[in-house]
Amino acid sequence: MLAKISGMLTAAVAAVAWSGAALAEVKVNILYLRHEVARPPVLSNLDPVPENLGIAGAELAVNEVATTGRFLGHNYALTVLSVPPEGDFTAAARQALGQAQLVLLDASAPDMLAVADLPEAANALLFNTSSGEGRLRDADCRANLLHTALETAARSDALMQVLQAKQWRRLAMIVGPKPADQDFAAALRHSAAKFGLTIEGEKDWTFDTDLRESTMDEIPRFTQDLPDHDVLLVADETDDFGRYVEHNTWAPRPVAGSDGMVPTAWSPVIEAWGAAQLQDRFTRQTGRGMAAQDYAAWIAVRAIGEGVTRTGSAAPATLRARLLDPALALDGFKGWSLSFRDWNGQLRQPVAVVNARALVTLAPLPGFLHQVNEMDTLGLDRPESTCTAFGGTP
Amino acid sequence: MKYLACLITLAATPALADEAWVTNEKDNTISVIDIATQEVTRTIETGERPRGITFSKDFSRVYICASDSNTVQVMNPETGEILNDLPSGEDPEQFVLHPDDRHLYIANENDAVTTVVDVQDRKVVAQIDVGIEPEGMAVSPDGKVAIATSETTSMAHWIDTATHQLFANTLVDSRPRHAEFTADGAQLWVSAEIGGTITVFTTADQAEVGKVHFAIPGVNQDLIQPVGFRFSPDGTKAYVALGPANHVAVVNTQTLEVEKYILVGRRVWHLAFSPDNSLIFTTNGVSGDVTVIDAATDEPVKSIKVGRFPWGVAMRPTPAN
Repeated sequence: MLAKISGMLTAAVAAVAWSGAALAEVKVNILYLRHEVARPPVLSNLDPVPENLGIAGAELAVNEVATTGRFLGHNYALTVLSVPPEGDFTAAARQALGQAQLVLLDASAPDMLAVADLPEAANALLFNTSSGEGRLRDADCRANLLHTALETAARSDALMQVLQAKQWRRLAMIVGPKPADQDFAAALRHSAAKFGLTIEGEKDWTFDTDLRESTMDEIPRFTQDLPDHDVLLVADETDDFGRYVEHNTWAPRPVAGSDGMVPTAWSPVIEAWGAAQLQDRFTRQTGRGMAAQDYAAWIAVRAIGEGVTRTGSAAPATLRARLLDPALALDGFKGWSLSFRDWNGQLRQPVAVVNARALVTLAPLPGFLHQVNEMDTLGLDRPESTCTAFGGTP
Repeated sequence: MKYLACLITLAATPALADEAWVTNEKDNTISVIDIATQEVTRTIETGERPRGITFSKDFSRVYICASDSNTVQVMNPETGEILNDLPSGEDPEQFVLHPDDRHLYIANENDAVTTVVDVQDRKVVAQIDVGIEPEGMAVSPDGKVAIATSETTSMAHWIDTATHQLFANTLVDSRPRHAEFTADGAQLWVSAEIGGTITVFTTADQAEVGKVHFAIPGVNQDLIQPVGFRFSPDGTKAYVALGPANHVAVVNTQTLEVEKYILVGRRVWHLAFSPDNSLIFTTNGVSGDVTVIDAATDEPVKSIKVGRFPWGVAMRPTPAN
C-alpha cells in the first residue's frame, strides 16, 4: 500500500522539521535484564513459551517512545542482557547497572530482591515485569522497585469479582503440584473469601501419566467426587494439565483460573480501547500474539517514556517521583488511565478476564467500590500492606 | 411488505430536509437521519469500518474514511453512489477538509503519517511523518496551519500547509483524540482521552494557555475521557463528548469551566450541530444510538437507534432548489 502511494507522490515526502530553540539532548538507556529459567516439561507442545517473551514488549515500546523522543530530542536505547539459568545473575546485574540505571527485571522474586539490594542499584529505578509474588508488594517491597507485572492476588480478585457478579458462587478447585500452582490456589482461596464465594472442595492433581489420549476416561472420574459446584477452578500456572480439564468434567461446569476463563493483564483477544492498534503493531513486529509478560515490559518502557517526556530528564529519581505522582495518567490501552500505587510501587491496572476467543469482561466490575480508586479493589490494598519502603507505616 | 420496506431503505431518495449522516464503524454503513422527523430515513453501504465523514463545501460530495478498506470514499449524497476512491494512505481514521475545498488532510492511524490528498486530481500531495497513531485533524480557518494529533505520542503536530513541513510539536496529555480551532483561529483546542483534559493553545505562538478539567459526581475520574468536541456557533461554549462517562460537557470557552454535564448514550464519540444550530447530535458507540440535545436548553430530547458502533457525524442541509 505504501509503495503504491509513493508512486503517486507529486511532491517530495515532507521531512520532519523542528522550529525554535535547540532541544536539550537527553540520553535514556534502558536495560532489559533476564534470568532465564529451565522450564519444566508440560503435557502439550501446542503453546511453547516464546523465546522473546517480555523482551518483544520492551522492544516495541522503545520504538514507540523513541518516536515521541524524536520530536523532543530524547534518545532511547534498549539493551537486552539474558543470563543463562546457571549463570550468576547478581554479578551480571552489578556490572550492567554501571551502564544503565533504568532496568526491567525479568526474573524470580529472590533474584529481584538481590538486585534491588545491590549498592549499584541504590539510585536505580527497577521494574518488576515478571513476578506476581505478593511479598514483593508487601513486607519485601523495595523503594527502587516498581511493579508493572500484575500481582497474583489481583488476578484472583478479578476472577472472583466476575464470578460474584454472575452469582456463580459455589466453587471447586483442582490444584497442581508446583509451587506456582500452590501460590495461585492460595490466592484464589483468599479472593474467594474476600468476595464472599465458597470453595466447596479441592483435589490435588496427581496424575503422572500422559493424559493426552485418555482425558475422556480419566478426568470425568477425577472430577466425579467433587462436591456440587457452579464453577471448577484450576490452578495450573505452568500450563501443564489445565487445558485437558474443560469439557471433560463429570458435571457440565465452566472451568476458570489458569485455564478456561482466565484473569490476565493482557491477551491477544483484547480489541477495545485502542488495543487493536497495539496488538497489530506487536504482531507485525513479532509474528505472534502479545502475552501478559510482553505487556508488563511494554508498559514499563512506556512509563519510563512518559516520565522522560513530561520531565525532560532521564534521572531515576526524577522519573520515580513523576511515576509515583497520583496525577500520572498512563495510557495502558485498557480503557482506564493508569497510575502507580505510591505506597508499594504497584501499577494500578484493570484485569482482563478472557477465554481463548474473546474478552469476557474487564475488572474492576461496576459496583465494586473503593474509597480511593476502584482499581484498588484488585490485589493487595493499602490497609493490608506491610510495605514501608515507600514511606508508609505498617 | 418487508421486501418493499427494504427497497425503500436502500433506494437513495432525495433529501427533503436537513440530514445528519452517521458512520457505523461495525456495520459498514451510514445512517441518514431526517432532522425534522428525527427518524433514520436511509441506510447506505460504505467501505469497511467507516469513521471520519465530511461534506464538500457545496454538499455535492461526501468524503468517508473507510479505515479497513484503506481508502477515502467519495460519495454522491443524493444517490449514495460511490463516485471514486481517493488514495488515502493506510488505515485512514479521521480527516479534515482544507478551506480551499480541495485538499484533505488525513490521519493514517496505523502508519504514523498524515497524508495530504488533492481531491480533484485524486493524488497524494504529501505524506508527513508524525507521531504514532495519528487521529485528530484540524485546519486553521485561514488555511495556513494543519494539525495532526498522535494518540501514542501525546502530541499536537503543527503543519505548515504551504510547505507541508512540521513547524512545531506540542505536548498534550495522554492519548489526544480531537483538535479544533476556534472560529477566529486564535486558539487551538486538543482533547486528551486518557489524560482526561483539553489543552488550549494560542495559535500565534503555540503556547499552552489553559486546560479544561472534568469531574462528574459518582463517575470514576479515570473513566472521564474527552474525545470529540465542537464549539457553539457563537463561540461561547464547547460541547465535549466524554466517552465512557456517557456525558457531554458544556464548557464555558472564556473561563474554561464546565457549566453542565448532559447524560447521553454509552461511549459517546463525536457530535455535531444541526444546520440550523438548534440541535446537537452525538454518536454513542456502545449503545449504538444517537442522542439529540436541544442546544437552547442543553437537555437531551431524544435517542435514535442507528447501526453498530456509530462513530462520526456530519450535517447536510436541505438542498437549495
